[in-house]
Amino acid sequence: MQGMILDRVRALMSEGVATRVLGWETGEFPYDRTPKFFNESNLENLKYDSFCGCNLSKYLVNESEKVIALVKPCDSYSLTQLCTEHRVKRENVYALGVACRGKIDVNKIAALGIKGITDVEEDGDTLTVHTLYGDKQVARKDVLLNKCMSCKGKEHKNVDEVIGESEDTSSVERFDMVAELEAMTPDQRFAFWRNELSKCIRCNACRNVCPACTCVKCVFDNPNTGVQNKAAADDFEENMFHIIRAFHVAGRCTDCGECSRVCPQGIPLHLLNRKFIKDIDELYGDYVAGDEADQRHPLINFTKTDCEPSIVHQRGGDKG
Amino acid sequence: MKKLPISELNAFFARVAADQKLYLPVEQAGQVDFGCWTEDATVRLDALKTVKSAKGAFFPQVEDMLRFHTQGKNIDIQPTELMNEKFVIFGVRACDARAFELLDRVFMSEPQDPFYAARREHGTVVTLACGEPEASCFCTNFDIDPADPAGDVTAWLVGENYVLRANTEKGEALIADLADSDDDVSAKQAEIRAIAEKLPFANLNLNGFDGEHLMERFSDPKWAELSRACLGCGTCTFVCPTCQCYDIRDYDTGHGVQRYRCWDSCMYSDFTLMAHGTNRPTQVERFRQRFMHKLVYFPSNNEGIYGCVGCGRCVDKCPQSLNIVKVIKALGVKADD
Amino acid sequence: MSMNQNPDWKPTIVAFCCNWCSYAGADLAGSGRMSYPANVKIIRIPCSCRLNPLFVLRAFQRGADGVILCGCHPGDCHYSTGNYYARRRMTLLFSMLDYLGIERGRTRVEWVSAAEGAKFSATMNDFAKTIYELGENKKLGDLRCKE
Repeated sequence: MQGMILDRVRALMSEGVATRVLGWETGEFPYDRTPKFFNESNLENLKYDSFCGCNLSKYLVNESEKVIALVKPCDSYSLTQLCTEHRVKRENVYALGVACRGKIDVNKIAALGIKGITDVEEDGDTLTVHTLYGDKQVARKDVLLNKCMSCKGKEHKNVDEVIGESEDTSSVERFDMVAELEAMTPDQRFAFWRNELSKCIRCNACRNVCPACTCVKCVFDNPNTGVQNKAAADDFEENMFHIIRAFHVAGRCTDCGECSRVCPQGIPLHLLNRKFIKDIDELYGDYVAGDEADQRHPLINFTKTDCEPSIVHQRGGDKG
Repeated sequence: MKKLPISELNAFFARVAADQKLYLPVEQAGQVDFGCWTEDATVRLDALKTVKSAKGAFFPQVEDMLRFHTQGKNIDIQPTELMNEKFVIFGVRACDARAFELLDRVFMSEPQDPFYAARREHGTVVTLACGEPEASCFCTNFDIDPADPAGDVTAWLVGENYVLRANTEKGEALIADLADSDDDVSAKQAEIRAIAEKLPFANLNLNGFDGEHLMERFSDPKWAELSRACLGCGTCTFVCPTCQCYDIRDYDTGHGVQRYRCWDSCMYSDFTLMAHGTNRPTQVERFRQRFMHKLVYFPSNNEGIYGCVGCGRCVDKCPQSLNIVKVIKALGVKADD
Repeated sequence: MSMNQNPDWKPTIVAFCCNWCSYAGADLAGSGRMSYPANVKIIRIPCSCRLNPLFVLRAFQRGADGVILCGCHPGDCHYSTGNYYARRRMTLLFSMLDYLGIERGRTRVEWVSAAEGAKFSATMNDFAKTIYELGENKKLGDLRCKE
């Protein structure tokens, strides 16, 4: 796969399509990946494999020169959405779709109790994990990123070409956990979210990595809003940050799962976004952000017969 | 030396917690952080690295400083009471324990920080030797011994027992009622040191990171490339045991003002923002600041002691796998250069 | 009202009213001497769609026990379509608050025209009653603002 990509990128470069390519490079450990803009001189460091989980599309914001961008099927939704919002100029990007069969989450390997991971080798559906304390084997499907467990499908959207054949890796219904929460009593839900959100350290990683969060000045960084803060001083501020952040990307969130991937505290932030997606689908009809270019998303749209907000009283576990 | 069998650990915690607060690694929603001991807490002494470091025990993320209360034309000022109760923090690792010494250099030098000083005075630190160092650990580069951490009490897990050694009077008092032990921890120490030697980052080259080479490091063209993928989030800063920058903010409560301080991050665009704007306009300068501070500015002001303790949290937690190890490797100077 | 409630407690209610219909409706309620609870604080906004979800949260932060949005009836918006957008936004916001375990009754949207003084008064009385029964807002308040 990597060889095919490198060959194609070299060919595109020699055709004069662009002089740079946005891809991934290996970090300090063989399984670490860092986004990087490559040019001809360092192209050999470009790496594409099962550890390239991170979504690169946000790095295209503010790029004024043409660049070849490697996009996985799920990343292509983010890129399309960014183009729709005029945050990325489509003509400045040569979107090179790369095949994906699900990406591996090293944190999940660690969560299995495996310590001192120095390398992970992939052989079909089995991973050999090399550690300071000996080798271990794990099944690939058990350590996929959460976003891959409910894969958006193997099709690339709105790309210039696709290399290789992707696989749909979904094994979990996307809205299962949201529905489970909805079925709880309000007090149980409150306890669930307090337990999760009180871990938040307000590092802003979820916001800064999010391809839908591209405000030049975030409301929480703006001293004129009255809500600027650098740390949540109490429960309220923890709730407020996450409600507003999720709301601001509602209708535009492509469910790329980056927020949950980067959270140092493992907060399942995608469950907030997915709640909005589920509500939108149920109340206003199915909608997939980034599915097509130039869509009008549900929060900048309406019908005269939309439901009233009081519908919230009739839906879900009726224990409120 | 004292001895505490694992089976009696909880009873010991209950005794300690009877007359003072006890903080130790507890699990909450799948993550381990220092938290208050209660009977139902899931204590995780086996977890090597808490997500946040132990520094919060002395320098909390958010701390009230004073409160202004307005009534008509009068402003009533109520200072926040300083910590006046004893507490114990149990299960601190060698890297975090060294970090306290670095924080002391910042907060305990004149003018002393009263909030920090009060907490330091009332806190007793029990450290735990690292039985199973992680791949991202690199404390030995900074002359930290994971087999013999500092603190008021040092503990080792040997077989089914914790073996504890008091290093200070405070520590002595804490473990006075435990059974004496003639256990030898040197075998355990040798075992830990043997692992530490083989860690992937055990031998980083820190040549050229000092005050003498400040301008060379500062003007290295590699900073732009190194920082390119940086998201400008505060993850590295907030999980770091030695980052000590804070912001002081006023919160308008509607009937007064709550003044508090909270951790700040030099990775943020509004860090030390002044009326004229900012002197670090892009992420390149912000990124450089964080690592220059730890590897060059801090040692040149503190007898060569680095501002990093090699805990490796930033290595584990950076969303895009940027970290201080990468910086050291990229900018380090070979010994013969 | 629950048993462990502070007997001196009176709910604080924030009513965001659009300038063109509901604010005028409140005026009409006043000039028609129709009563509504004194603890309803009205904040005038140019259109119901001006209501940033952050305003709702900020009201709770500063001690509101209930927040209600009033605007022109759908189809009658002074700006043609503002309230249609507001309707979607508030539906999703209220649903999210419910998802976080906040009591559903603390938020409401009601359409009140400039001619409906009586409806305004009845709405506020009813909402105040609901909030009184729900009791103090303990899940979504900021302790620093209490005193």
